[in-house]
Amino acid sequence: MFLQQLINGVALGSTYALIALGYTMVYGIITLINFAHGEIYMVGAFVGLFATSIFKLNFLVAMLIAMVVCVLLGVFVERIAYRPLRKSSRLSALISAIGVSIFLSTLAQMLFGANAKGYPEGVFPVKQIHIGSAEISTLQLLIIAISAILMISLEFIVHKTKIGKAMRATSEDYNTAALMGINVNMVISFTFALGSALAAAGGVLVGILFNAVSFNMGLMAGLKAFAAAVLGGIGSIPGAMLGGLLLGVTEVGGVAIGFSSYRDAIAFAILVLVLLVKPTGLLGRKIQKKV
Amino acid sequence: MGDFLLLLTGSINPYYLQIIVNIGIGIILALGLNVITGLTGQLSLGHAAFMSIGAFTSALLTIKLGMPFFANLVLTGFITAGVAALIGLPILRLTGDYLAICTLGFAEIVKVVFLNLDITNKALGLTVPSAITAVPMPIVVWLVVLLTIICVTFIHSSRFGRALMAVRGDEIAAEAMGINVTLYKVQSFAIGAFLAGVGGGLYAHFMGYINPSDFGFLKSVDILSMIVLGGLGSITGSVIGASILSAAPEFLRFMASYRMLVYGGLLVCMMIFRPNGLMGGINFTSLVLRTLGRKPHLKTIMEQKTAETSGPCNGDT
Repeated sequence: MFLQQLINGVALGSTYALIALGYTMVYGIITLINFAHGEIYMVGAFVGLFATSIFKLNFLVAMLIAMVVCVLLGVFVERIAYRPLRKSSRLSALISAIGVSIFLSTLAQMLFGANAKGYPEGVFPVKQIHIGSAEISTLQLLIIAISAILMISLEFIVHKTKIGKAMRATSEDYNTAALMGINVNMVISFTFALGSALAAAGGVLVGILFNAVSFNMGLMAGLKAFAAAVLGGIGSIPGAMLGGLLLGVTEVGGVAIGFSSYRDAIAFAILVLVLLVKPTGLLGRKIQKKV
Repeated sequence: MGDFLLLLTGSINPYYLQIIVNIGIGIILALGLNVITGLTGQLSLGHAAFMSIGAFTSALLTIKLGMPFFANLVLTGFITAGVAALIGLPILRLTGDYLAICTLGFAEIVKVVFLNLDITNKALGLTVPSAITAVPMPIVVWLVVLLTIICVTFIHSSRFGRALMAVRGDEIAAEAMGINVTLYKVQSFAIGAFLAGVGGGLYAHFMGYINPSDFGFLKSVDILSMIVLGGLGSITGSVIGASILSAAPEFLRFMASYRMLVYGGLLVCMMIFRPNGLMGGINFTSLVLRTLGRKPHLKTIMEQKTAETSGPCNGDT
């Protein structure tokens, strides 16, 4: 029973973590809460849905296509809605992000209708594996595996490549990085691209897991992923992973012990409680204020 | 008097009347959030939670206790402010985005709790009987709006308001000046929540039906957009922003399903072309005085200044 819930929680949590990474990376670089990120995830789920149902593609191929589409969308949104606002107050950029979010979800509602849609049957052949009393589906294992692979590649990109070094430099100090000859605009676009790709992968995986894709799936998932990012310490990549897993496990655990109608509140209650004890999140850096 | 006003409001198309009342309630909410975010600089993404608390408190006071409307509104305001102070005391120690996400989380928790309580009728929502007042409801709403504008103007130009602005400018410097930062933050939070509670009470009694899902994240965003659109910290800006954004969905109604699409696009464009809001950096009083000719126009001041500085130079050469 415990193992069962743990696996369920980790599977859900790793999808939260995939979305949370996008929030945390963008925040780390331009301190913007990208509220449109949840919508990118929703678009990813829809692209995956069409690729598997209309074009009958293998779901891995569909996931790659969704990632490519969302990369383009994410970079486009950054170019149109955030770049002109880079020098103005952070709140204006925040409102702009919210505007994009409303725009994209309404567009999705108009194009795809208000009803939730399911992935075609047999897109991923699910088998149940018994380990002791726990029953684990191959789908859950696949979600955990894909998330792990994506997160490890992200760690590799951020810490071992030149562009990753540029990203870290930009997040450390935007102006100095520009003075050192780093093409800051390119780095920011790249960050949006990485985050959007991860969100798209998360969207496809969640779409298959819950077998429901709808125009408003981005809102709650986005808020929870954002909560996960803050829980782990916003701006910190391992923090987002940890926060996502923690939220997933507590949410599933809370539902299991009978708080199912409070499902959406559990994540936020944990978040508020943790922030009261550790005001900068679990792995966040303590910022020393100077006068 | 009451009959005359009833006749007056009765002669207006009920649809327009509803828009007018919505604008009024929007202004009250926006002014409340403007005290928290515009004046004190504490970003709150959960203002709709206080509106929700106010709406349900006031509805329950009417339904269960049959309290007279004005006492009801005042009591609702104080209860909401009390809740805000209780919540604010621990979470206002957080700063910036951590505070923002905490208020957001609080709002979600309030929504889910109201969706599960028996007293709020769970997901079905409450039907609220219309209030018994001496003057018609729209007039009541706008009287409250006027009162709110007057009070908030006093706050802005008072010692208290200047302390809040000092907190917004730099917390450490404010503390060094002897301002009790936490106390002032909690007070501004409570004032903002008081107004949100009153706005919620008016909303509940005017609409006649409230549902916890009406006060979700999007409602908070709506209120925040109003004050950012109008210009943070500006009272005139909040009033204008609230008027535009409360009326916009109605005026965009002819576009039917494109409505929210345009709304989203409009928010982005507004921010790109006027990032500091419509009234950002504009002093409304001096603007009025200038147009009335009571104060010299900016252009003439500039001309005088250039004339003064360039005058002697011209003489030398």
